[in-house]
Amino acid sequence: MALDVFAPWDDPDAKPLIQFKNVTKRFGDFTAIDDLTVDIFEKEFFALLGPSGCGKTTMMRMLAGFETPSDGTILLSGQDMAPVPPNQRAVNMMFQSYALFPHLSVWENIAFGLRRDKMPKDEMGARVDEMLRLTRLEKFARRKPHQISGGQRQRVALARSLAKAPKLLLLDEPLGALDKKLRQETQFELMDIQESTGTTFVIVTHDQEEAMTVASRVAVMDHGKIVQVATPDAIYEAPNSTYVADFIGDVNMITGTVRAEGAQLRMTWAEGQPEIVGETSKTFGKDQSVHFAIRPEKVSISAEKPVDAANAVQGQVLDIAYLGNISTYHVQLPGGQVIKAQTANNRRISRRSFTWEDSVWLSWTATAGVFLEQ
Amino acid sequence: MRRIALILVPYLWLLALFLVPFAIVLKISLSDLAMSIPPYTPQLDLAAGWEGIKAFFSQLDLENYIWLTQDELYWKAYLSSLKISLIATALTLLVGYPMAYGMARAPEEWRPMLLMLVILPFWTSFLIRVYAWMGILAKEGVLNQFLMWLGVVSEPLVILNTNIAVYIGIVYTYLPFMILPIYASLDRMDNSLLEAAEDLGCSRFSAFWLITAPLSKQGVIAGCFLVFIPVIGEFVIPSLLGGSKTLMIGKVLWDEFFSNRDWPVASAVAVVLLLILIIPIILFQRNEQKQREAEG
Repeated sequence: MALDVFAPWDDPDAKPLIQFKNVTKRFGDFTAIDDLTVDIFEKEFFALLGPSGCGKTTMMRMLAGFETPSDGTILLSGQDMAPVPPNQRAVNMMFQSYALFPHLSVWENIAFGLRRDKMPKDEMGARVDEMLRLTRLEKFARRKPHQISGGQRQRVALARSLAKAPKLLLLDEPLGALDKKLRQETQFELMDIQESTGTTFVIVTHDQEEAMTVASRVAVMDHGKIVQVATPDAIYEAPNSTYVADFIGDVNMITGTVRAEGAQLRMTWAEGQPEIVGETSKTFGKDQSVHFAIRPEKVSISAEKPVDAANAVQGQVLDIAYLGNISTYHVQLPGGQVIKAQTANNRRISRRSFTWEDSVWLSWTATAGVFLEQ
Repeated sequence: MRRIALILVPYLWLLALFLVPFAIVLKISLSDLAMSIPPYTPQLDLAAGWEGIKAFFSQLDLENYIWLTQDELYWKAYLSSLKISLIATALTLLVGYPMAYGMARAPEEWRPMLLMLVILPFWTSFLIRVYAWMGILAKEGVLNQFLMWLGVVSEPLVILNTNIAVYIGIVYTYLPFMILPIYASLDRMDNSLLEAAEDLGCSRFSAFWLITAPLSKQGVIAGCFLVFIPVIGEFVIPSLLGGSKTLMIGKVLWDEFFSNRDWPVASAVAVVLLLILIIPIILFQRNEQKQREAEG
C-alpha cells in the first residue's frame, strides 16, 4: 500500500494558503525582509529557521498584522492582507513570552478570543473545555498563569491561540523557554495537535533540530532572504549552499576545482591527495572553484585502506569527541586539513577501535557528499 | 541577638517619633483648657509621688470629645475634608493616569527625562509653589491677564480663594504621588499582552479596558491612597488658596491651636483625624500586601 505523501508544494494545481509576493520590509535604513517570495500551503507545518536578526520574526509579525510590508503583497487565501488589521485576521499567534493575561485564569485566557467574537455562552464553554482537553490542562482551568509551571503555560498559550480555530497559527519560538527534555516532548505534542486540528502552522525558530523535527518544510533564512525552502531531509541531504549546509547540522567543507568525467565529477583540492570523486545533477564549468560538503556520519573510518571505496584518504586521529551514542573523530590529513568522521558506538567504549595518534583511513562513496557553487 | 538589634532600631525610632508624641497629644486631648503655660491642666506632678499621679489621672476626661460632637463645625469640617479629598483624588487620577500612560508608552530613551520632569517640582519648596499659584490664580494674576489678552473673558475670573483654587492646588501638588505608582505598574506590563489581545480580536480601545486597566489597578489604588490620605489633613493649600467657605479639618485644627489657643480641643480634633485616617491606611497596606503576593 502506497502512502499518500503530503507534498502540496510539488503539485502545480495546489492553491497556496499564504503567498508572499516580492515582500520587502525596511525599518529605516535596515532591510529586514528583502524581496521575498514564498508560498505556504494549507495544513503545512512550515518552519522559518535562521540566526537571530535574519528577519524570520519580522515575517511572522507581518503575517499577524503587527507590521505591514514596505513593498510587495501578502495574500491569505488569495486575499491581500495589507488592509486587514490584526484583530480581524483569521490568524492567531502564540507569543514567545506566551503573553498570558496575568489577571485572568487559564480558562478565561483561553476564552478571551471567543468572548471577543461574542460566541454564545454554552458553545464557548464547550470550545474552551475542548481546548483544555487537547492540551491536557483540565485540572488547571481555575489557576492563574503564575500558579502553573512553564510547560503548562506554554500549553495555555497554545490552547488560547488555537481556540478561535484560525486558518493559520503562528508560533514564535514556542519552545524556547522550556528545558531540553520538555522541549523534545512538546515538539511531538505540537505535531500531534497540528495533525489533529488540521491547522496550518508557521513556526519561527533558531533551533535547527526543532525545525527538522516538527516541520513539513523548512525555510532557511539569512539577511532577510530565504536561502532554501525544502523538506527537512532535502535541506539536510541536498543543501543548495554552503550557508545551509553549515547551518543545519555538522559538515566537512572542502574547497577545490572540478573537472567532469561522464556522470562523475572529479575535484582537485590539495597537492598529493587523490581527487574527490562524486556524482551531481548540477553542471559545473571546467576548472570551476567548488565546495564539497560531506556530513561526518557519511565518512567511514577504518584501520586498513578499504578496497572498493570511491574516495579514501589517510590521516591521523587528532581528537575524539565521545557523545555516548556516537563518537566524532577529528582526523588530520597530511596537508593539515581536518575531517570529521562519525561512528555509532555500537560497542562498549573499552573495545573502541581507534585512539589518539592512530593512523586511519577515511572513506566515502561517490554519492555521499554534495558539490556546491557557493 | 543581631536580629533583635536590627528590629529594635526602627521600633525605637517609631516609639520616639510617633508613639511618644501621639501619647502626649492624646493626654492633652483629655485635659482641660487653662490660662497657664502650657495652656492646659492637669500637669503631671511627679514630686507628689503616687498621690500626684492618682490626682493627675482622676482629672482626665472625655469632655473635649463630647464637645466635638456638640458643635456641628467639627463634623462638618471632617465631612467636608473627606469630600474635598475624594473629589481631589478623582481629579488627580483623571489628570495623572493619561500622563503615566503617556510616559510608559514613550520611547525608551525619553522615559528617564519624563520621570525627571515629574519629580522636578520637589526641588522647590512646596510652600513656594503654592504661593506661586496665588500669583497665577489671583484676580490680577497671570492666568486672568492671559485670558483677557486672548479675549476669552472680559471680566477677570474669580478663582483664588474658592474651592476651585483648592482643587487646582491639590491636583498640582499631589500629581507626582499619583503618576509614579501608576507609571511603575504600566511600565512593568509586557507590551506583547496588548498585541496578544489585539491578535485575539480586541480593538485597541477594548484592549485598554480589558488588559491595561486591570493590570494597572494596583498602581491606581496605591496612587489614590497616596493622594487621599494626606489631603484629608491638608492645611497649607486650603488656607492659602481656599476662601472663607473652604472648610477643612486641617484648617480647623490650626485655628484651634494658634487662634483659640485651645490645645485640648485641638488635640482631640487631631486624635479623631488620626482615627479616621487609620482606615484608609490599613486598606492601603492591604493593597500593597496583595500586590506583593500576586508578584511573589
